Amino acid sequence: MKLRDLTELAARNLREAVLRNLLTTLGIAVGVASLVAMLSLGVGLQNMATERLSRSGLFNAIYVTPQSAARRFGEASFTPDNAARHPLDEEARKAIEHLPNVLEAYPEIRFTTEIRFENKPYMTMVAGVPQSSRGNASFDGMTGAFFSGPEANEAILQIEFAKQLASQPDSLIGKQIVLRYGERQALPAQASAKGSADAGLPAGFSVIPREARLRIVGIVETEPGGFGGFGRGRVLIPLARAETLRAAQGSDLRELVRGSSARAAYENLTVRVADATDVKAAEGSIKDMGFAAFSLLDAAHNLSIVFVVFDLLLGIFGSLALVVASLGIINTLVMAILERRREIGVLKALGAADRDVKRLFFAEAGVMGLIGGIAGVFGGWLIGRALAFGTNIYLHRRGLGSANISAVPWWIVIGAIAFAVAVSLIAGMYPASRAAQLNPVEALRYE
Amino acid sequence: MPDTAAQIVDPNALRAEGVSRHYQMGGALVRAVDGISLAIRRGEFVALLGSSGSGKSTLLNLMAGLDRPTSGAILAHEKNLGEMTSEELARHRSHTVGMVFQAFNLLPRMTLAENIELPLRLAEVARAERPGRVNEAIRRVRLEKRATHRPAELSGGEQQRAALARALVNRPTILLADEPTGNLDSATGDEIMALLREINESGVTIVMVTHEQPRADKYAHRTIVLKDGKIAASGDRP
Repeated sequence: MKLRDLTELAARNLREAVLRNLLTTLGIAVGVASLVAMLSLGVGLQNMATERLSRSGLFNAIYVTPQSAARRFGEASFTPDNAARHPLDEEARKAIEHLPNVLEAYPEIRFTTEIRFENKPYMTMVAGVPQSSRGNASFDGMTGAFFSGPEANEAILQIEFAKQLASQPDSLIGKQIVLRYGERQALPAQASAKGSADAGLPAGFSVIPREARLRIVGIVETEPGGFGGFGRGRVLIPLARAETLRAAQGSDLRELVRGSSARAAYENLTVRVADATDVKAAEGSIKDMGFAAFSLLDAAHNLSIVFVVFDLLLGIFGSLALVVASLGIINTLVMAILERRREIGVLKALGAADRDVKRLFFAEAGVMGLIGGIAGVFGGWLIGRALAFGTNIYLHRRGLGSANISAVPWWIVIGAIAFAVAVSLIAGMYPASRAAQLNPVEALRYE
Repeated sequence: MPDTAAQIVDPNALRAEGVSRHYQMGGALVRAVDGISLAIRRGEFVALLGSSGSGKSTLLNLMAGLDRPTSGAILAHEKNLGEMTSEELARHRSHTVGMVFQAFNLLPRMTLAENIELPLRLAEVARAERPGRVNEAIRRVRLEKRATHRPAELSGGEQQRAALARALVNRPTILLADEPTGNLDSATGDEIMALLREINESGVTIVMVTHEQPRADKYAHRTIVLKDGKIAASGDRP
């Protein structure tokens, strides 16, 4: 018998004992719904963690230092000489930025300086923030706005510092602060070395006091920063603007004393790549260029293993309900054989082969699995949405913002329906082969 | 060898050669059919007569390929059914023979037309061809106005006519009828017998199981009386 005829006959048979078949299908739907709900929670939590971590900039970032700065005990190659051969300067930064899949390489600019607000001085830490960090989780729910441009004369204050300036931090938005800092200016080589005992030493630099007026555009709750990142400052300014300030940092003095170079070199660079999967290759290339590089790739890899195991366990628990539902299919089909014994005899008398009878029962099991699977996916999605809705109400009440803890990607939809059909077909194997083996003469005699 | 060639060479539609069918019932051996040999010519109308338990239905089931003999051979158009696989037997039931039963055995949830279409589905006849074949079979049994009715909405005679249409829709060469008038009143039974004769006159070989001697004598070319699984008497219609 052809597949279309089989399906039509199977659907007709299912409509006959509609209540019993509906209840069996409902059993499958509940099983699939439980599986989908469990997996959707697993995937949702994984997505949430991945998104938050990726937005933290931790897992697609590489922290680069000159080799001399890497405190790796016992490795002979890490010497000041080596560092001098490979200075982490503007040239190196450009070379790194040209590596495949590297989005940007930016230095950490951070210096302690004086801020004047309404003619009162405040000592604090100023940090440069790259424009690409606009999507960072630290800026979620900030008061005001992110910098209008990469070189804008604007500042974002960390709330604790803002509270020092005004009892109502929100009132600071739009007001001006004055940044007082020391600008580093390189000295010509001969000026320091000629005719002195210091001849041969690299040139130094002078520090000129400067001021910059900045408009407060935003206030953040948490202090952005962390591994290899920007921030860790109470006053945040656009990184490109911070670079144009050429503010003298603690590292300048260290480099000068080490005598490595009079050229402006970076203490470190943070390299951001397109995707976490690009980290390994970029990290290798940077190391080949003679720099020390470090990433949290291994930590991210371990995290994904944890989630795979987590999803597997959720899937196993979710599948248990489907296994129970499969017993319902066996029961329904065995009952159907008893009820339709004579009909099976008639089919065989009319020319149905054992194979046709078997496939008919298989098709009935498959149709129940398919309908149950589709209904179950929808049910599981609804359960996931309901759980996410309830969770968000709870989070809002605790003032923690919203989170999407449930996700049903296409592979769960396809996989769950296929799994439901497969389980149903397996459950239908025994009844189907029993029906196929019925003796037609005895079946025709059955009343 | 193709069926047509076999039919030209062999004048018999069905042949039994020392065929037996024994059952083990508890400790007793039941000899339902016991060493029967007979030949049924193409286009013949044969009635199998006998009392209950004489083995006539068992012999019919063996001819249909619904059952296999314990020994001996049943040949349909010179093909030994005992040597066929279950798939080949299914094909034999689908293409070579048509069956009607005393209880009609129409599927109650299907309309008359759907019941008649069922053997076409099993024989994998192309969908486009089916409506024509179904209508042809319905016309043959004169049930055009009942095509969309379900069996429960038909009289016994109409149900048996529908069963005949279903048996004929695959254009078999042999029609096997197991007590086709057993559930019908006398007048309706005569209608069915007249229809069977009409079918037989169109060239279809008919083997009919019945316990009604007068009806067998009236319509069949030949009657074979079975007793205890053996042929007790055989005679052509006078």
